[in-house]
Amino acid sequence: MFCCGLYGFLTRRNMIAMLVSLELMLNAVDMNFVIFNRFLFPGAMEGMMFTLFAIGIAAAETALAIAIIINIFRSVHNIDVRELNQMKF
Amino acid sequence: MESVGSIILYVVVAVSIVVFSVLAVTTRKILRAATYLLFTLFATAVVYFMLDFEFLGAVQIAVYAGGIVVLFVFAILLTSHPGDNSSRLTSKRRLLGLVGALAMLVVTGWTLLSRCALYASKPAMENPDMKQIGQTLMGTGDGQYLLPFEAISVLLLACIIGGVVVARKR
Amino acid sequence: MSVTIPILILAIPLFMFIFLGLCGKKMSHLLAGTLGTLGMGTVLVLAYYTAFNYFFSGQACFINEAGERLQHVIFNTTWLQFTDSLVIKLGFLLDPISAMMLVVITTISFMVHLYSLGYMRDHHGVFEKGFQRFYAFLSLFSFSMLGLVVATNIFQMYIFWELVGASSYLLIGFYYTKPSAVSASKKAFIVTRFADLGFLIGILTLSYYTGTFNFTDLTSVPVEGLADTFRVDLSTPETVLAGISSGAAPIFMGASVLTWALVLIFVGGMGKSAMLPLHIWLPDAMEGPTPVSALIHAATMVVAGVYLVARLFPLYLMENSALVIVTVVGAITAFYAAVVACTQVDIKRVLAFSTISQIAFMMVSLGVARPEYHEGLGYMASMFHLFTHAMFKALLFLGAGALIHAIGSNDYTEMHGLRKYMPITHWTFLIGCLAIAGIIPFSGFFSKDEILSAAGNYSVWVYIWMSLVAFMTAFYMFRLYYLIFWWKEHTVREGHHAPHDQPWTMSVPLIILAAITCVAGFIPFGNLVSWNGEPYDFMAHFDWSIATVSLIVAVAAILLATVMYRKENKLPAKMKNAMPALWRWAFHRFYWDELYMFITHKIIFGCVCRPLAWFDRHIIDGTMDSFAIVTNKASNAIKPLQSGQVQMYVWLYLIGALLLGGITILCLI
Repeated sequence: MFCCGLYGFLTRRNMIAMLVSLELMLNAVDMNFVIFNRFLFPGAMEGMMFTLFAIGIAAAETALAIAIIINIFRSVHNIDVRELNQMKF
Repeated sequence: MESVGSIILYVVVAVSIVVFSVLAVTTRKILRAATYLLFTLFATAVVYFMLDFEFLGAVQIAVYAGGIVVLFVFAILLTSHPGDNSSRLTSKRRLLGLVGALAMLVVTGWTLLSRCALYASKPAMENPDMKQIGQTLMGTGDGQYLLPFEAISVLLLACIIGGVVVARKR
Repeated sequence: MSVTIPILILAIPLFMFIFLGLCGKKMSHLLAGTLGTLGMGTVLVLAYYTAFNYFFSGQACFINEAGERLQHVIFNTTWLQFTDSLVIKLGFLLDPISAMMLVVITTISFMVHLYSLGYMRDHHGVFEKGFQRFYAFLSLFSFSMLGLVVATNIFQMYIFWELVGASSYLLIGFYYTKPSAVSASKKAFIVTRFADLGFLIGILTLSYYTGTFNFTDLTSVPVEGLADTFRVDLSTPETVLAGISSGAAPIFMGASVLTWALVLIFVGGMGKSAMLPLHIWLPDAMEGPTPVSALIHAATMVVAGVYLVARLFPLYLMENSALVIVTVVGAITAFYAAVVACTQVDIKRVLAFSTISQIAFMMVSLGVARPEYHEGLGYMASMFHLFTHAMFKALLFLGAGALIHAIGSNDYTEMHGLRKYMPITHWTFLIGCLAIAGIIPFSGFFSKDEILSAAGNYSVWVYIWMSLVAFMTAFYMFRLYYLIFWWKEHTVREGHHAPHDQPWTMSVPLIILAAITCVAGFIPFGNLVSWNGEPYDFMAHFDWSIATVSLIVAVAAILLATVMYRKENKLPAKMKNAMPALWRWAFHRFYWDELYMFITHKIIFGCVCRPLAWFDRHIIDGTMDSFAIVTNKASNAIKPLQSGQVQMYVWLYLIGALLLGGITILCLI
């Protein structure tokens, strides 16, 4: 799943699709946390807590990213990352 | 030893995660990608349930499936016309991405396999109840997470404000 | 004597400065000017009252049984306390010379305030821009000058000394849109700043060794006692060594500390009083408005140097060499300025050089004053001349201002034949000229005569020298007078545009000052001011032979001027051609300005500043620049990496991560 996310992130040009890929990667990491917690340290809650926080942060990050994307779309009518290079040096 | 039913369930879930995530990144219709993402998230939640983290599973469904995907759908509907496909990727680009992803797969997989012995059975663990979770979140002692909790809450607040400011019509 | 009046004397001008400075723009021009004038008028009344009280009330604190006038400190409050011993106080000291100066300053200042109401507006009655600012600065100047003369200690004097310099700077640069005025104000400020450096060092030296700033302590300690702490017996090497080891009286470069301190303080006085070679700022200072020239650069501020020496006179008496320096500097300056004044074209410059010359007279007079000659006649004569000169020079400047106001030019070649058009100005100017030339019964005669008499007591050579200067003084003043008021006019002046006498605000000060000039000579000045407070009758020292000689000298000079300049003729040109070199040098003021320019530009700038600038520009800046260049180049080189393509970054990141992961794996294997 992580690698799928990576692949998507690297190849897709639509920013929303990239964001979807990002979510996939995050999710994969979350799952890893949980699984390690469950199998290696049963009874501990660190992995779970980490995942919980990661979910929270992911939610925040997504909301903000989408806000930015909408804003970009509004100003340039395009969400293709290749075209968004006005901010380089 | 696990029951056969749970193994079957695990296989089904694992396969669906992989399949849906591959579909999510390869489909050319962006709305479909979001839908596949939703399925992947549901499957992840199922994994959490299977691992006895029911609270986490519930959070996963509520926040990801309920919140984030809805946001995605909104954003997609706002920024693209339904029905238009993203252009076909060039094969070179696709190949490159594939190579990168596979290389990553190799590295991570190798690390995983070499570092961790495969556990055939999952150790017994009682499901953490809500009281325990609540205390962990609110405590200030060792292994308790009040400070990150507060930090997250501030982050969310900042995010709300930031989202409003950024997306506001000027 | 109550404290209220002295405080008011200082506070009213200060208040006027702040008030007019802050609120002046909001009020009408006339109101601001009237307020300033009324304020100054109040101060005038208070100062007259104070001086009258001091001289004539006969109170025990002002005059003792024997009839000696005393120094009286009216108040003296601590202003800054650094340590127990280093305390700076502000106060109000009343003694004969400060009381006299109060009268002089307030009189002239009031006249100038009144006069400016007329002067600072054009012929249609429109006030000049910055009129309120002008009055605010005038008030600031009056405040600082009054603070200077009543200072109880030398540090207070220094503070007000600098304030006076600052207000002079502001007033010279009043027409700040005129480049020449701006550079003149800077010149005045910088030159006097150099002199004040000497003054400050002198103050510090003096107070370090005496342990006090107070004038009262400095001057009233028994002279012998203070001298012992200073002076080293130079007769034998043993005594010199003893003096040095005791720490009481170090010798520095062959002169005692006291001499150095006094000479350095005198350097400060030289700067303010425009003595050679620090005189160069004063002629340029004439760029300021003419009333300012009358107030600051003729009557009050420039005599601050004389006042300073007079204030510390008992100390100077202990050091003969310092007084000799004062005399020599004064004598040379007087002669130099008189020669230059004979050739200048700009009437204000003539008056400026005449001022320098007359102040030098006062300096000489102080320098030759010794208690043993006529009970210190020179001191009294100097103060007397200060008083009379302030009056008649202010009169001359205000008269010149009236001419300039009427003609619109400083150049006398455009003024010929004005006597028919401006009778009041003509007569008052004539009185001023007669006074400065030293014709009986005008005030200048008496004071100048006493200076010459004191000089004659001291040395016959000084007397002859100063008489020569007096001759030239009379000559150039009458040259100026004839050139302005006689001669045939070149341009036809008719109708509305013909020059005419000024409004009453300008005439009244002229007439008052002329009246003072006529009668001031009969003031029994010796009764009021003397070096040790003992009154004496100066008529007893009045030397009729000297008076006659000086009168003859003055009349001869006037006759010569009449012959040469009464009508347009060829004589001056002939004289000029007879001594072309002398004339050219004098016209160019003996190239002092050029000398300064040479020293500063060629020597200081060229030999010191240029290499330093080169070092700064090439070595220090170069090092810094090379840092910047390297950074810039490096950033340019790596700039393309930041392509703006997000996925490119991810790729780079991924490659890095893969490499790290691969290395880790390899290590683990």
